[in-house]
Parts: sequence; C-alpha cells; structure tokens
Amino acid sequence: MAALPRRIIKETQRLMAEPVPGISAVPDESNARYFHVIVTGPEDSPFEGGLFKLELFLPEDYPMSAPKVRFITKIYHPNIDKLGRICLDILKDKWSPALQIRTVLLSIQALLSAPNPDDPLANDVAELWKINEIEAIRNAKEWTRKYAMDN
Amino acid sequence: MNSDEEIPSDEVDSGNVSSSDDVEFPMEVESNTSREKQNEIEDYPYEVLSTEQIVQHMVDSIKEVNSVIQLPHTTIRILLNHFKWDKEKLMERYYDGDQEQLYTEARVVNPYRKSINAQKKQSRRSTGTEECEICYMILPSSMMTGLECSHRFCTHCWTEYLTTKIMEEGLGQTISCAAHGCDILVDDATVMNLVKDSKVRLKYQQIITNSFVQCNRLLRWCPSPDCNNVIKVHNVEPRPVTCKCLHTFCFLCGENWHDPVKCHLLKKWIKKCDDDSETSNWISANTKECPRCKVTIEKDGGCNHMVCKNQNCKADFCWVCLGSWEPHGSSWYNCNRYDEEEARAARDAQERSRSALQRYLFYCNRYMNHMQSLKFEHKLYASVKGKMEEMQHHNMSWIEVQFLKRAVDILCQCRQTLMYTYVFAFYLKKNNQSVIFEDNQSDLESATETLSEYLERDITSENLADIKQKVQDKYRYCDSRRKVLLEHVHEGYEKDWWVYTE
Ligand SMILES: [Zn+2]
Ligand SMILES: [Zn+2]
Ligand SMILES: [Zn+2]
Ligand SMILES: [Zn+2]
Ligand SMILES: [Zn+2]
Ligand SMILES: [Zn+2]
Repeated sequence: MAALPRRIIKETQRLMAEPVPGISAVPDESNARYFHVIVTGPEDSPFEGGLFKLELFLPEDYPMSAPKVRFITKIYHPNIDKLGRICLDILKDKWSPALQIRTVLLSIQALLSAPNPDDPLANDVAELWKINEIEAIRNAKEWTRKYAMDN
Repeated sequence: MNSDEEIPSDEVDSGNVSSSDDVEFPMEVESNTSREKQNEIEDYPYEVLSTEQIVQHMVDSIKEVNSVIQLPHTTIRILLNHFKWDKEKLMERYYDGDQEQLYTEARVVNPYRKSINAQKKQSRRSTGTEECEICYMILPSSMMTGLECSHRFCTHCWTEYLTTKIMEEGLGQTISCAAHGCDILVDDATVMNLVKDSKVRLKYQQIITNSFVQCNRLLRWCPSPDCNNVIKVHNVEPRPVTCKCLHTFCFLCGENWHDPVKCHLLKKWIKKCDDDSETSNWISANTKECPRCKVTIEKDGGCNHMVCKNQNCKADFCWVCLGSWEPHGSSWYNCNRYDEEEARAARDAQERSRSALQRYLFYCNRYMNHMQSLKFEHKLYASVKGKMEEMQHHNMSWIEVQFLKRAVDILCQCRQTLMYTYVFAFYLKKNNQSVIFEDNQSDLESATETLSEYLERDITSENLADIKQKVQDKYRYCDSRRKVLLEHVHEGYEKDWWVYTE
C-alpha cells in the first residue's frame, strides 16, 4: 500500500483527539483509508435513539475528490436511498479539498435533523414526506426502532 | 481553523497571484500570424482562423473593451463571457447598471476593491509560517497563495486542485476558489502561474477558446473531424462557407451546404432519419437484387444505370426504381417524382401510416442514393485523372483535358443539390409552383444521371473528340439546370410560394 499522505494521517489524529459529539469514526485496522462510522440519531428527530452505521472511504485522489460515504444501517430518509447512498451537495459538485471528514460527518448529522424532500434521492420516501409528513415521520421512527436500535 | 486569520501574508511571496493579472492574457500566442485574407465569396465575407488566431482574436476583443473600461484583462474576459462576448451589452451594463451587482452576477471580485484588500494584507506582513488547509503541511508564507477572497492554500495543492478541475471535470471558465462555498473565480494568470504541465495548459487553453467560440455568434468551429479551424463571419446567415481544409458547410447550422432546403427542415429531416434509422439502414443497404434474375448486385459507382453482372442476364435496370432502364431516357418516365396519383391509390389500398411511411421511404431512398453516389466521388476523381493522362498521350494538351475535372465538379454539385431537393420536396405541399419545382428536379436528375454515365463508362481513347463535346454540352446543361432550379426555389422563398406539410 502506498504511503499515507500527511493530510490523512493528521486528519485522523485530530479526529481521534477531538471527536465530533454524537459521531464516532474509526479507521479500519488493515486500511487507513476506510473508516467505520457510527452516527447517533439527533435529538428531536425521528431518528432519535438510533445508532446508524456508515462506511466512509477516502479515494486515491482525496482530498481533491470527495470521500465516499454510505449508510449501512437501513434508514427511512428522503435523501438516502435503499443502498444507503446519500444525496448531499458537498459529496458531489460542492466538494472542496478544504473540507474534511469532520465536516462531512457533521453535514450528514444535520441532514438527519433536517430532511430535504425537495432534493430527493429516494423518490417514494420523498413523495410521502411531502404529501403526508406525519406518516413519513412515523415510518422513519418505525425503521429506526427496527433497524437502528438492535445493538 | 482558518490559519489566514492569524498569519499575515507576505508581500514578496506569491501572496496574491492574481494581483499581477494586469498581464496580458497568458495564452501562448504565435507572434505576428498574419491573418488570412478575407474570402469574398459572392457577397458573404468571412475569414478562416486557426486556433492561434482565435486566441489572438479573443485577446483583441478583451483589449478593445479594456481601452474603454480600464479593468484587468481576466476580469474583462470573465465579464465578456458572462455576456456571451457581446461587447456592447457589457459596456451598456457597465455604465448603466449597478456595477457591484454586475461583479456578483459574473462571480468576480470588484478589482477596485481588491487593491484595498491587497493593501490591508501588506499592512500585516510578516515572515511566518502557515498551515495549508488541504495538505495540512506547515509551510513558509511564501509558499502559500490565494485569490482576492483571502483563502490561502499552498501552491502545490492549488496546482493539484486546478489540474483536477481542468482534466477531470473539464472546467476552464468557471473554476472557483478551492475553499468550500467560495464563489470567486480563478483568473487566467493564476492558472498559468500555478499550472506548469503543458498537457494541462493546453487543455485549459482549449476549454477557454472553445467556450469563446461557442459563446460568440459570429464564430463556428469547422465541423470536419480533425480540423481545428474556426470560421468568422460578419453576419449570421444560412450561407455556405469553405474552410481551409476544403470542407464546405452552412454557417448557420453547421451541416453540409444544403441549398435549396432551409436549415430547420434539414434538421427535422436528419432527426427523422435518425429516429427511423432501422428503416433508413435498410434503404441505404448497398446491395439490391437484379429484378430479372435475382442475382445480388452491389452498387459500385454513382450511376443509376445498372447492368446485371450475370453474363446470362445482363439486364439493364434503374437502381432507384428497379424498373427497366430503357424508359428512363425519355421525358414521360418520372422516376424522380413521387406520383401523387399513385400515392392516392396506395392510400386507398393501405392504411394511412403505411402510406406515410412509403412516402417517406420514397424521398429517403432518393436522398440516400445521391448521398451514396457522392461518397464515390473520390473514386471518380481518381478514374477521371487517369483518363486525363491518357488523353494527354493522345495529343491533347493539359488545358484541353481540364473539362473532365470540371465535369466531375459539376456532377458532384448537382448530386448534392439533388440530394437536398428531396428533403425540400418531402415537406412541400403540392401547388402550381411545386409542380414546376418537380419538373426542374426531374430534368436535373435525368441530365445528372446521363453525365454520370458518360464519365463512368463512355470515355475511351477512340472517341475522345466526340465525347469531349458531349460531356461539355451535358455539364453545361446540368450546371444551368441546377441554377434554374435553385433560383426558382429562392424566388419562391421571396414570394412565399412554398407551403409545408408539417
Ligand atoms: Zn497544501
Ligand atoms: Zn476563496
Ligand atoms: Zn476545416
Ligand atoms: Zn443550414
Ligand atoms: Zn440479372
Ligand atoms: Zn428509375
């Protein structure tokens, strides 16, 4: 494996030294570019009480290109699809090399607090979120209980 | 987090690379390339420009604005691009409107405000170190740089960032600052200062010139593959222009020159042909069966007069209609014409859609046929060249045999015109003038086929003097008939004779 760039080493060290509240991100033992992430469902959101597993991978040209992030735990959210892929501008065209793993994870946490059904990835979920928010939130709570509270 | 806050920049450093952007547009311009003499074709003047000349042209446009509005060149380029290179519009907005809003719209920093920033920076100069927020290296300030927005990164990261944007994302005009959420655009001087790889520089230059050409109504890339020339006109019109690579095309739509049909109908037609590609593939198939013995015959020349290769058959027939060739010479046999009487009978017998398809197939078949024949034109030029040499061995002078080349030129022109007359005819509603048009078309078609036949098989060393007269008479006739047909259609455009079916 190629030597790890200083940027990744430093960023990982800082992330370990000052973790983001409600988020844990641990590099894999055998691959320092692969992170095991757990995000706590934000308070006052339908995801409250859930622990959501994600994977985060830093591609070869990181930080010139964005990290690849995906939810592993099933989640009922208008901006996250069945495969756990996330619709977030900073992971796409708004990525800047000055952003970090920390900012990405904070943005994901914010997305859980404030779903955006107008920029959807999961169409059926977004649809319901728009026409019947109460039912959509009920579904999200249901999924959180079912899939994110086991362990 | 933002190291820029505490650590002041250094004046001698590369501090604000863009502060030096009063330099000229830093593209590699060939010096003193004399611009091509203007081509005066009929009354439509235009120029053919190479890539270097296009860059020069862009620099000239920037300078022209700069002589009125005293702004840095890059700022003007970005503003001009914002106004699709309409100088008047930019100057109008600059002097009439809210300039601050103009800068925001075009996403550049007001260059006057910039100098205040620069002064502010100078006042907190020091020789410290900074941490680059991208690579996390702690580096001397001299290795850090940024735009007017004061977001600073190390030169190495900037280079990598710009290279990624240019090579991976194909961005040129609109690369913004590397900081998250910062909209300020990177100027040319900064790109050229930071990017040294010639491949990346070339790509950047291509992106910039391409967007310059695409935004500018008076410019169009030559559509010929592998040609990097640009045609520059004074007025945008549907006119033929010929590039230095000898490709002739319509300036307005970029297609091959397509008189007498108008651009919008041709566009519609091409789309239709693409949509019906399965049908047209079938039509353009290069083989047919002999109508008498069913042997497969391949078309290998432009002439429609086919002679079956089967030695026991040798049937003479017409490639287009598969009818016997014999009546094609006489005027009553209208092979080129879609007979409305027959079409009506067919409509009665078959459902509507089928008849529409057949009507389309009729025109498409003839269109494809001429296109196919034109593809053989290089073959014909080669064979005619051989014949010309042969003639010169038979006591004819070089000048005396030039008629053959002229004949092929005219043959190709006629085929190209005929090809597009079928597109025109397909959309044309029948009226008195359309009947005259079809007569003209029919006349030109049969004369063209005769000329094609003369050139393809009738010339031998024995009948030179005789054939020369025949060929000359025929091509002059074709040439005049082609002009008559085109003039008639043009007159119809002026007098509103033509009514279209859709
Ligand atoms: Zn750096
Ligand atoms: Zn910036
Ligand atoms: Zn060309
Ligand atoms: Zn055109
Ligand atoms: Zn035969
Ligand atoms: Zn025929």
